[in-house]
Amino acid sequence: MSTVIFRAIAPHLAALTFLFSVFVLLRGHNMPGGGFIGGLIAASALAIYGIAYGVEAVRKAVLIHPNTVAGIGLVMAALAGLAALFASKPFLTGLWFLPEVSGVKLPLSNVLVFDIGVYLVVVGSVASIALALEETE
Amino acid sequence: MTPFPADWLLFLALAPFAAAFVAPWLVSRMGGAAGWVLAVVPALLFVFYAGLLPRVASGETLAFGVDWVPGLGVRFSHLIDGLSLTFALLITGIGTFIVIYAGGYLKGYAHQGRFMMFLLLFMGAMLGLVVADDLITLFVFYELTSITSFLLIGFDHKREAARRAAVQALVVTGGGGLALLAGLVLMRIASGETSVSELFASPDLLTESPFYVAIAVLVMLGAFTKSAQVPFHSWLPNAMEAPTPVSAYLHSATMVKAGVFVLMRFSPVLGDTSLWQTSLTVFGGLTLLTGVVLGMRQTDLKQILAYTTVASLGLLVMLTGVGTDYAIAGAVLYLVAHALFKGGLFMVAGAIDHETGTRDVRLLGGLLTKMPVTFVAAFLACLSMAGVPPLIGFVAKEVLYNGVWLGGGVSYATIVSLAGNGLMFAIAGVLLLPFFAKPGELPKAPHEAPLSLWIGPLVLSLVGLGSALVLDETLRSVVLPMANAVAGSAVETNIKLWPDSIKAPVVMTALTFALGGALFVVHRQLRARIGRGLEVIGWGPDLGFDQAMRGLVRGAFAITQITQPGRMGLYVSVVFAIVALALIIPPFFTGLPELRFVGEIPRPPHIAILLIALAGLVIVIRARTRLIAIVSLGIQGAMVALIFMIFGAPDLSFTQFMVETLSVVILTLVMTRLDLRADDRRPTKQAIRDGVTALACGVGFAFTLFVVVQGQFDPRLSEFFLKYSYDLAHGKNVVNVILVDFRALDTLGEIAVVMGAGLAILALVRIRPETKS
Repeated sequence: MSTVIFRAIAPHLAALTFLFSVFVLLRGHNMPGGGFIGGLIAASALAIYGIAYGVEAVRKAVLIHPNTVAGIGLVMAALAGLAALFASKPFLTGLWFLPEVSGVKLPLSNVLVFDIGVYLVVVGSVASIALALEETE
Repeated sequence: MTPFPADWLLFLALAPFAAAFVAPWLVSRMGGAAGWVLAVVPALLFVFYAGLLPRVASGETLAFGVDWVPGLGVRFSHLIDGLSLTFALLITGIGTFIVIYAGGYLKGYAHQGRFMMFLLLFMGAMLGLVVADDLITLFVFYELTSITSFLLIGFDHKREAARRAAVQALVVTGGGGLALLAGLVLMRIASGETSVSELFASPDLLTESPFYVAIAVLVMLGAFTKSAQVPFHSWLPNAMEAPTPVSAYLHSATMVKAGVFVLMRFSPVLGDTSLWQTSLTVFGGLTLLTGVVLGMRQTDLKQILAYTTVASLGLLVMLTGVGTDYAIAGAVLYLVAHALFKGGLFMVAGAIDHETGTRDVRLLGGLLTKMPVTFVAAFLACLSMAGVPPLIGFVAKEVLYNGVWLGGGVSYATIVSLAGNGLMFAIAGVLLLPFFAKPGELPKAPHEAPLSLWIGPLVLSLVGLGSALVLDETLRSVVLPMANAVAGSAVETNIKLWPDSIKAPVVMTALTFALGGALFVVHRQLRARIGRGLEVIGWGPDLGFDQAMRGLVRGAFAITQITQPGRMGLYVSVVFAIVALALIIPPFFTGLPELRFVGEIPRPPHIAILLIALAGLVIVIRARTRLIAIVSLGIQGAMVALIFMIFGAPDLSFTQFMVETLSVVILTLVMTRLDLRADDRRPTKQAIRDGVTALACGVGFAFTLFVVVQGQFDPRLSEFFLKYSYDLAHGKNVVNVILVDFRALDTLGEIAVVMGAGLAILALVRIRPETKS
């Protein structure tokens, strides 16, 4: 699998794919995309890198263990839901802030935090499975 | 019933839980002295509950609560009447001294903080149980006592005996708790009432209901297991594996009385039937006899105390069953007296063990001069246990004799209680031997125990004396309000410390002393006799428990052998076969779908995509190696994704693409890890079976799809989402808005599952099969 061509192109491809996954995550609320798909794309970016350079390289590149990433994501999603309780609304109610930053209306919400949580869980879980399988004895 | 204005008092009863959580920290800072500080919590609670005595004694009933689970009609509510108040006073009063005692007893012991925490948690559970009004609240705290008791018995978890005792207690009392839950739920169904106070308002509702027998049996089952009635009694002596403060508190004064409490609590609404009276009298009487006979046989101080506790619980259950005014007053008096003397005696046993290093009555002796303060406490407690005047135990025995005598003259209950009390008298004598007998070789040279170890038993014994000396006050403020609550109406009794005329009770007392004295003289021979007798029988419920548990494990193992043979291929086949059956069978009952196409006619691009997908499938089936099959499976998936795209579901299509891609990657990785042959050759028989399963699945899904597309489409949900997606959730992509906002809880659950599955897979991958060498 690790031909010279693939090895040469893999880091760039992985980086681009990763960037694309963030793009997909952020546009998700209004256009096709979202945390789940974004997470899967990011996981495939890691898979590409892993196939080219091996598991150790991926582990070094992501810094945090993929399982931890997934755990952080799950906690983020749950906390995003809990935020609604402070506004005396049921768990997981969407809260929106629409501040204007230099003339642009910026829609911020706990829903976005929730979606990022979904993204992290998916990328973390899938990547940790893939890495564990890829690892040689 | 008087409404109680301050609902915050509800949460006062939860104070022990709060104390429990600071206990480990406090112990780590102060060591054993933390017991004195922590004891402030139960002491203050005791003062608070004691302050309610005059109101309750004047006939008031305090009930208050807040909604807990309004959707199910569950409230967190308290009912303070004579019964719950007396119990609350025992729990907090004795609890105060137990906490102090535990501070001294386990000083310097590892995990003392944890122990204090468990002890206080138990206190909170027990207090919550006795003051509970709502039936579900009552059950929750009832089970909490079982769980905390499990933790306390198994505290010394490195010893197998402790673990076994803990599990046994949990299985027996927890199992009984489930029966009680069923009984409580049936009560709610049968009466429509949700709380004890509501049931009291219409007392005939349950006895006249068709569920009465079931309710009574279930409640009795719960109470009998908890209060160690025959044949469920053996967990209690085994629970002596726990450190002594636990035995003193849980297994004498409080938790084991929870069963008696439940019987007394529901006696006004369940009692007064022959089923209730007969069962309680018979089982209680049997337990009384079993307890004293087996107790006579023991040589370990704690074991002796444990079996006499079993006996006392039997006596209480029997008296509750007899149900006459005097019997109930006797039960109440005896319950209080027993909590005082048995709690004290357990603490004495612990102190002796602590100072001499043994609890064997055959070795112990000569402690009268070595431990004089402990002796005073033990002496008073033993007199109370033996029923000697002028102690509260004497009053209790007089009254209960009167109760059983008036209940039916020379009856089963009379004879059983006479025999039981006679043996109890003898055992009380045995318990004093460590102070008088000639000492054997003791592991440690004895000296007086520290203040924290003797203060509790001494105070409890003195209360046992004092309460009898001011008997009128004791009766007026504690005993009669409780007896009234148990009887459900005002009891009429005439109780005096010194009987004013020679009647049946006095005669019976004289007989008891004579019988007890005689038995004490021959107690060594008796012990040996009973021991030999039990050896001949050779089987008991304790052994039965082990056999039942072994049977359970064997049964589970046998079933697992059938359902989990460990062959992956079989699991997959079974799963798919069941999916196929689940899809194919129902349409034959609900009507087969019409094989008719609806919607648009497929156009050439669609047909092309379908042909490619079909080609992919053909390759999967005909592939020579597994790798080719996996990759070709991706072709089919990609084509399905294309179809989604064409029909306007970009999100779905997008996801499908990603899932297909990653599936191919992961399946390939799995392939490389598994020790499989590259080609996938199956025997013809298996190929046919797998083929049939696959085809059946396909047909099943086709059926389902036909049904779905032909059915009437209900557009309400889609219209709602489309209408409100942007207005409410600021999102134009409805799919995503549903995922992260409208149905975010589903998504939260799903990502939790994704993560759990990920962790499970990781664990499975890491398992290395044992190398065959």
